[in-house]
Amino acid sequence: MSTRYLLLDVAPLGGEATDVLLADGVIAVIGEDAQAQAGDDATVLDCHGLVLLPGLVDLHTHLREPGREDAETIRSGTRAAALGGFTAVHAMANTTPTQDTAGVVEQVWRLGREAGWVDVHPVGAVTVGLEGERLAELGAMAESQAQVRVFSDDGKCVHDPVVMRRALEYVKAFDGVVAQHAQEPRLTEGAQMHEGVVSAELGLAGWPAVAEEAIIARDVLLAEHVGSRLHVCHLSTAGSVEIIRWAKSRGIDVTAEVTPHHLILTDELARGYDPVYKVNPPLRTQRDVEAVRAGLEDGTIDIVATDHAPHTREDKDCEWAAAAFGMTGLETALSVVQETMVDTGRMTWADVARVLSTAPARIGRVSDHGRPIAVGEPANLVLVDPAARRTVEPEQQATKSVNSPFRGRDLSGCVIATFLRGRATVLDGSPCDESVVVSR
Amino acid sequence: MRHLLSTADLDVAEAVRILDTAGQMAATQAREIKKLPTLRGRTVVNLFFEDSTRTRISFETAAKRLSADVINFSAKGSSVSKGESLKDTALTLQAMGADAVVIRHHASGAPHTLAHGGWTTGSVVNAGDGTHQHPTQALLDAYTLRRHLVGDGGRADVSGRDLTGLRVAIVGDVLHSRVARSNVQLLHTLGAEVTLVAPPTLVPVGVEAWPARVSYHLDEAIADDKPDAIMMLRVQRERMSSAGGGFFPSPLEYTRGYGLDARRLASLPEHAIVLHPGPMNRGLEISADAADSSRAVIVEQVANGVAVRMAVLYLLLAGGDAPTSSQPGTTNETKVDA
Repeated sequence: MSTRYLLLDVAPLGGEATDVLLADGVIAVIGEDAQAQAGDDATVLDCHGLVLLPGLVDLHTHLREPGREDAETIRSGTRAAALGGFTAVHAMANTTPTQDTAGVVEQVWRLGREAGWVDVHPVGAVTVGLEGERLAELGAMAESQAQVRVFSDDGKCVHDPVVMRRALEYVKAFDGVVAQHAQEPRLTEGAQMHEGVVSAELGLAGWPAVAEEAIIARDVLLAEHVGSRLHVCHLSTAGSVEIIRWAKSRGIDVTAEVTPHHLILTDELARGYDPVYKVNPPLRTQRDVEAVRAGLEDGTIDIVATDHAPHTREDKDCEWAAAAFGMTGLETALSVVQETMVDTGRMTWADVARVLSTAPARIGRVSDHGRPIAVGEPANLVLVDPAARRTVEPEQQATKSVNSPFRGRDLSGCVIATFLRGRATVLDGSPCDESVVVSR
Repeated sequence: MRHLLSTADLDVAEAVRILDTAGQMAATQAREIKKLPTLRGRTVVNLFFEDSTRTRISFETAAKRLSADVINFSAKGSSVSKGESLKDTALTLQAMGADAVVIRHHASGAPHTLAHGGWTTGSVVNAGDGTHQHPTQALLDAYTLRRHLVGDGGRADVSGRDLTGLRVAIVGDVLHSRVARSNVQLLHTLGAEVTLVAPPTLVPVGVEAWPARVSYHLDEAIADDKPDAIMMLRVQRERMSSAGGGFFPSPLEYTRGYGLDARRLASLPEHAIVLHPGPMNRGLEISADAADSSRAVIVEQVANGVAVRMAVLYLLLAGGDAPTSSQPGTTNETKVDA
C-alpha cells in the first residue's frame, strides 16, 4: 500500500491554501514542490475550499464490544469514527466482560487493528468490574500490548475517595491518567434528567448539577494533594467550568472534556419524553451550554470528546425511565463543534485541531496522532468541507445504532476524506471499505 | 381534544367545558337509570401498570355508564410482568381495536410516549403517570371546588364559570405528587390562587417556575391566605426512612407541622372545604376529626370522579355536543344491562 495522495489547494488548519503530498504514510511535501514530486501514480484530489486538520482523536468512545455487539461492534464503531474524521479512538471500559484485565484490553486493541479504520486505544477500568471497590490490575494493562494510559470507570463514578486517591497515585508509575465520570451516587439515585424547572414540571427525578461539581471539586483537590494528573470526563455544568478554571489557576494538573451534545442541546428537549435525549450526564440548561462554550473557547475545557454511546432500538423505544442513557456522536461531533464554535467566530480551525486532536492525543499519551501538519509527520489527517450542509439521517450512518439526537437536523460541515498513516479510510465522504480489506 | 395527558394542555375554555359536561353527566347519575347509550360499541381499555383499585373502578364505572365495552388490563398476572414492553402492549391493544386507552403507569411520561409513539391510534387518557400528572384527579377536584365555592355555595347553576379568585392550599408531599402538579396547572388556568405548603425537602427544585406560592408553615399559610379550600396530599410513611430518601425525621414531626387536625380545621375560614385525593393516611396527614368533619368533601370527590371521567371519555370519543337531559329517552336503550 504505497498509494500517494496529492491534495491540491488545501488549507491546513484553515490557513493559507497550498498543496500537500502524502506518500509512504507520511506528509512528504508541503507547497509548490508537491505536484512536481507526486509522480504519475498519485491520486489527485482537488481540495479547493477544504480545510486540512490532523486526524481527530476521541478520548471517549463506547464501542460496546465485547458484550453488546447488537448495539455496536469495534468494526462498525471504528468505521463510523473514520467517517467522522477520527484516526484514533479510546474505547471505554464498560464492556462485558469489563476491560479490567490485560487480556480484555488486548482483545479490544487487536480487534481494532484488524478492523483497520482507526487506531483503537482501549481504556482500562480503574476498579474491578467498575464496582468502585478495589483497583483493577492497572499496571498489567499499561504493560500489555494495548499500552493503556487512560483509566476510567466511565458510566460509574469512582466515588470512594480512598479508592480515587490510590488510583491517582498508582497510575503515576506509567504516566497514566484517571478519567473520572463525576457523579455523586447518593445525590443521583434514580436520576433521570437535569434537576431544575423542567424536571419539576415533568416529574422526572432530578440529576442535580451539584452531584457533578462536588466530585470534581473533591478530585481536583485530591490530584493536587498527591501530585497526580486528573482528567474530567464530559463536564456539563457552569459550576464545573468554574471549578476547573480555579483548579488550573492553582496549577493543578487537570484536564477536562465536553461532549458535542452538551455544547448545543438543553434539558428543554426532555419535554417530549423522547428517550433519544436521555444521556448521562444529562442535558443541562442554556446557561450551562453558554458556560461550556465559553470554557472551551478560553481553554478551561481542553477537549471535545464524543461519549459516543450507541444503544439498540429496544433500549430507546420505550418510556423514559426504562430507557438507557446515551447518544451516538462520532459522525456528528466535528459538525457540532464547527457550528457552535467556528461558525460563531469563537474558535479557529487551529483551535478545532487542538481540542479534537492535539490535546486529546496528549492527554491519552498517543504519540503518533494529533501531530502538526508538517513534512515527515505521520499522515493521519482529515479533510473537511466547512461550506457543506447536511441533514442527519441516523439510518444512513455507519454506527449500528440510530440514537442520534440530531435526527433530521441540518448541520454545518462535512468530512470529505480521512487518512490513517497515508491510507484513505474515507474518500468523497464515503468509507473506503475495499482499501481497508486490502490493507489487512 | 384528542388525548388527555396533562392539565397543562387545557386552556380555560376546554377546562370549563369538561367541568360543564361533568355537571350534565352528574345530573344523569341522579336518575334511577344511570346508563347512557353514548359510547355503545366503543372499547375503552384500562391499562394499569400500577395498582390503583379506586382509579380503575372509577374509570370503569364511567365507561360502563356510557355503554362502552371495558377491558381491564392489569400489569400484574399479565405478560407485562413477564417483561413485555409498553410498545408491545400498546400494539396488542391497538390490534384489539381499543378506541381509548386509560393508562396508569409508574414512569412519568409513559402516557405521552403511548400517545405519540405511533403505536396506537386511540385516544390516550392519563390516569396517573409517575410523579408527573393525574389530570382527571385535578379536574374532579376543580369540579368539587366549583360546586361548593362558586356561585352561592352550591345550589346555583355554575356552568360556564371558572374558579377566579378562589384560594387553595395544597399541603404535603408536593415533590412526589402528580396530583399537586396537575392541580397547580389546572387551578391556575381556571383563575384560582394556589399556595403549596410542605417541608422544604418535599418541594421540588425548580418550583419557582410554577404559578404558585410556596410556604413551609401550614399555620402561617392558613392565617395569611385564609384559603377557601385545603387539599391534603397523601404522604407515604416510607419517605422518612433513609432508604426512602429521608425527607422528614419522623411521622410525628410531620403531623405536628403539616397534618390537618381539629385545631387547624377550626382555624380555617368557616366556608372552607377539605379535599384529599385518597387513600388517606389517617393520623399522618389528616386526623379522623378532619377527615370525617362536615367540611370534608372527600367522599363526594369520589362520586364526582365518575362524572368527570364520563365527561372526559365522552368528549374524547363522542367529541360532539354534550348530551341533553332527554337523550337517554330518545334512544331505544333504556334498560340497565350492566
